[in-house]
Amino acid sequence: MLRRKFQPVRSQLEFRLLSARDIKKIHEAALEVMEEVGVRFPSNLALDVLEQAGCQVNRETMVAKLPSKLVVESLRQAPSQYLLAGRDPKDDMWIDDKTSYLSTDGCAVEVYDIETGKLRTSTKQDITDACKVADYLPEISYVWGPPVSAQDVPAITRPLHEIEASMDGTTMHIQPETVISRKIAEYALEMAAVVAGGKEELRKRPIFSFMQCAMDPLGQDGGSLEASMVAAEWGIPTGFMPMPMSCATAPATLAGNLVVTTVDAVSPLVLMQLVNPGTPVYFAAAPTAIDLQTGGYTGGGPEDFLLAAAFSEICHFYQIPLAMGAFATGAKEPDWQAAVDNSFAGLMPVLTRTAILNGAGTLNGSKIFSLQQLIMDAEIYSMIAKVAEGIEVNDETLAVDVIKKIGPGGNYLSDKHTRRHMKEIWRPTVYDRKPYGAWLESGKKGAFEEATEKARWILKNHEVKPLDPKVKEEFARIIKAAEKELSK
Amino acid sequence: MDKQQLFDEMKTAVLEGEIEAAEEIARKALEMGIPPLECIEEGFVAGINEVGRLFEEGEMFLPELVAAAEVMKAALAVLEPELQKQQVTRDIPGKVVIGTMYNDIHDIGKDMVASMLTAAGFEVHNLGVNVPCETFIGKVKELKPDILGLSALLTTTMPEQKKVIEALEKEGLRQSVKVMVGGAPINQEWADSIGADGFAENAIEAVKVARSLVNEK
Repeated sequence: MLRRKFQPVRSQLEFRLLSARDIKKIHEAALEVMEEVGVRFPSNLALDVLEQAGCQVNRETMVAKLPSKLVVESLRQAPSQYLLAGRDPKDDMWIDDKTSYLSTDGCAVEVYDIETGKLRTSTKQDITDACKVADYLPEISYVWGPPVSAQDVPAITRPLHEIEASMDGTTMHIQPETVISRKIAEYALEMAAVVAGGKEELRKRPIFSFMQCAMDPLGQDGGSLEASMVAAEWGIPTGFMPMPMSCATAPATLAGNLVVTTVDAVSPLVLMQLVNPGTPVYFAAAPTAIDLQTGGYTGGGPEDFLLAAAFSEICHFYQIPLAMGAFATGAKEPDWQAAVDNSFAGLMPVLTRTAILNGAGTLNGSKIFSLQQLIMDAEIYSMIAKVAEGIEVNDETLAVDVIKKIGPGGNYLSDKHTRRHMKEIWRPTVYDRKPYGAWLESGKKGAFEEATEKARWILKNHEVKPLDPKVKEEFARIIKAAEKELSK
Repeated sequence: MDKQQLFDEMKTAVLEGEIEAAEEIARKALEMGIPPLECIEEGFVAGINEVGRLFEEGEMFLPELVAAAEVMKAALAVLEPELQKQQVTRDIPGKVVIGTMYNDIHDIGKDMVASMLTAAGFEVHNLGVNVPCETFIGKVKELKPDILGLSALLTTTMPEQKKVIEALEKEGLRQSVKVMVGGAPINQEWADSIGADGFAENAIEAVKVARSLVNEK
């Protein structure tokens, strides 16, 4: 069973939250913080590069002060558009400032088992299954994550197993977030190069990109920095994801949060441009606020929705693509809360033309993965895609001739105009619109039950173009070599 | 053009909802002396069956179903006079009289049901909207339908359905006709409470219910 082609969204609607003046003020505040206070880069390799470029570096605190001029130059060097390639070219994504793509979420540690419905620890096979379902869904454009952690393989080489398992499940682009050391990055890129047909081919068609987490406020992670420096050397796109939480790792005010988010997204871009000028970089972000009662991560709520739209506007100002944390509800089960969170969290980035939405399929603040949630999130996204189309007004769509012809009291059901345009009407795949009686008869089957059936069907019937056996052999060799070197 | 080609064109006209084309092909077939019954069964009904199959598979949608029914209706209008002339009778699953209750002017749902029943081969007499109880009774006497379809969208016109059933009983007609009720506020419970024989929530279900009611008779 072949997958239908994915549907990137090009929103015809435009929503504005910040004024040009607001954006300029946030930009200037971020520059001021980077120059006067600096950002922590806990890697001597990174600090060497920054020092050489004229940054004032403190080796004790590992903080580098970034001159505004350098920051602005770096932002100018980074490309605004580039390719994220699929293993199969039909899955290629052109990243720009008009198109929105949805990925899977990552990286959960538990799954709701599709057969038993029970919560259990995630495995390598769960990655392949999640990727396979994502591969089938037209709304999903690539795999961020992996969707879950492969906890049944040795921790030391786990990120490499996760890459293999992802590729077993999809031909789409893969963006691991678990490659967080220089060594693992080298092995991971070696694997990617085997698939791409060499290092140069991989640079031209990056079937891989990296995603790293920032250490808010005003800091990065050493291992992640060094891994991404390898990616920059190879010319592979990398993004850094700040997740400042208002009241905890960011000021309580959302504008203040945006300053921290901007600093933590922009500062590693400067390093990447110094390592390899012109290397593709994207911003990533999942700014939020703490839960005031528990101090915990919320995974949804109005602050998240506002911050998502606002940071997207800031990224348009910089002309750098943004991968925004979206969907990924804090709800424990696929319920009302999940639907509320994910509808807003999906809509805001699309209306502000965010390049990438990360991503679909998780619950409990990205800690639990559910195939049903993945399918239902894809369905929410398909609704958002429809809303983003807006309404086209022209002679054909006004249909005045048809209205005159049908006249008062008639109906448009069998008119040719209806048949020409009816397929523009959104159609559900799991959303329940059964008549009440049919619903009762089905045993009150709703979207969740439909999604369960659909997931099982996809796992059984969808075939993903397999990796070449020779590639699999190379993977085994690389993973073995990594195990040997890293367990020393 | 041979017969089979014409039948294929009839089928295509149904699938594509082309009313004018269907009428033209039907007339052409008659001119060529092809028996009208064959045109209906091998051409148009074959098309309707195909539409039904595609609808069940999710490949076609309700407006296409309604359009197919409209094509069927138009084709029958051309072919039926010829059938009568030749004194051939068409095998129909049943005869239906359908209408919206008195003081209720909502017809889209009732019309969908009428279209679907036509497409399924039923002979349908659509009385329109705002139909007084006496008119329903008169038509049952006149046409002797297998099924009487009563539609109500308003809670205030629901009691009219009950009134018609009671009137059928009073006139001694209740045993001769199966009564189906429908409309947005109607449910099985209401249908049972007024002694109706059948209820369906949408036009697709209505055809299934109508078929089974006719088989019961």
